[in-house]
Amino acid sequence: MKNHDTHSTGYLTYAIVLIVLLFLTTLSVFITGIHLGAFTVALALLIASVKVATVLTYFMHLRSENLFLKLAVAGVFVLFALVIIITFFDYLFR
Amino acid sequence: MSDHAVHSEHYDREAGKLGMWIFLFTELFLFGGLFLVYAVFRATYSADFHEAASELNTFIGTLNTVFLLTSSMTVAMSITAIQKNNRILAFMLILITLLLAGLFMVDKYIEWSHEFAYKVYPGSEVLKNMPRGELLFFGLYFMMTGLHALHVFIGMILLTINLVKVKKGIIHRDNYLLLENSGLYWHLVDLIWIFLFPLLYLVS
Repeated sequence: MKNHDTHSTGYLTYAIVLIVLLFLTTLSVFITGIHLGAFTVALALLIASVKVATVLTYFMHLRSENLFLKLAVAGVFVLFALVIIITFFDYLFR
Repeated sequence: MSDHAVHSEHYDREAGKLGMWIFLFTELFLFGGLFLVYAVFRATYSADFHEAASELNTFIGTLNTVFLLTSSMTVAMSITAIQKNNRILAFMLILITLLLAGLFMVDKYIEWSHEFAYKVYPGSEVLKNMPRGELLFFGLYFMMTGLHALHVFIGMILLTINLVKVKKGIIHRDNYLLLENSGLYWHLVDLIWIFLFPLLYLVS
């Protein structure tokens, strides 16, 4: 088992991922340009989350990592979401 | 015997990467705290945040997003190049990443100098006389993009170290943990920006 036998991602995959990320960026600029009221923030954050998931999966090689690390990363994001939700419960129903 | 040696190197790499990820988790919560403050103040002063955000230059923000996303791709490609034992290509790709990071910083410099010219900087009289929500927005804007720019700068130092080590042959096909971890750090800088960009520049 040599290190260079480990999974390596091809250049083309990275190029396609970049194109997708740039497309999503353009999309979010256009969507926030038209006024959709409260939906604007939600849509912008949704697109940002898709972009973050893409970077984590492909650029940061999470798809070829072990299950422990995948769960740890997911856990950290869930923890952060909980912090936000609990804080807002405090602010909105105080 | 040789089998044992190869195995210990393998596990070392796994542990090294895990350590980097745990460090990245702490970084996420460093910025996460600021995102939380942003979310609460945005909910409290939504009209002021709206007004203040519309004063930022969307073009500069979008340009910086393109620079960072592209640099994330080139640093990821440099790892593939090292794995394929193509050191020259890896060197060139890290160099391109550094150039893109430099462009990001130049863009940031232009943006901030423009704001400073209008006397918009932390602690300025203009800022103090703004409505409370706008003051908070600009405070968060300078803090978040400033802390992010500091991370870009640290990333540039890391990439430069990698550039030298690839050139000297210290980083090669069987030993590229430093490049992998620096790459992970660079992607984190990208991740933070992916959230900062819509929240500061687009949602106005």
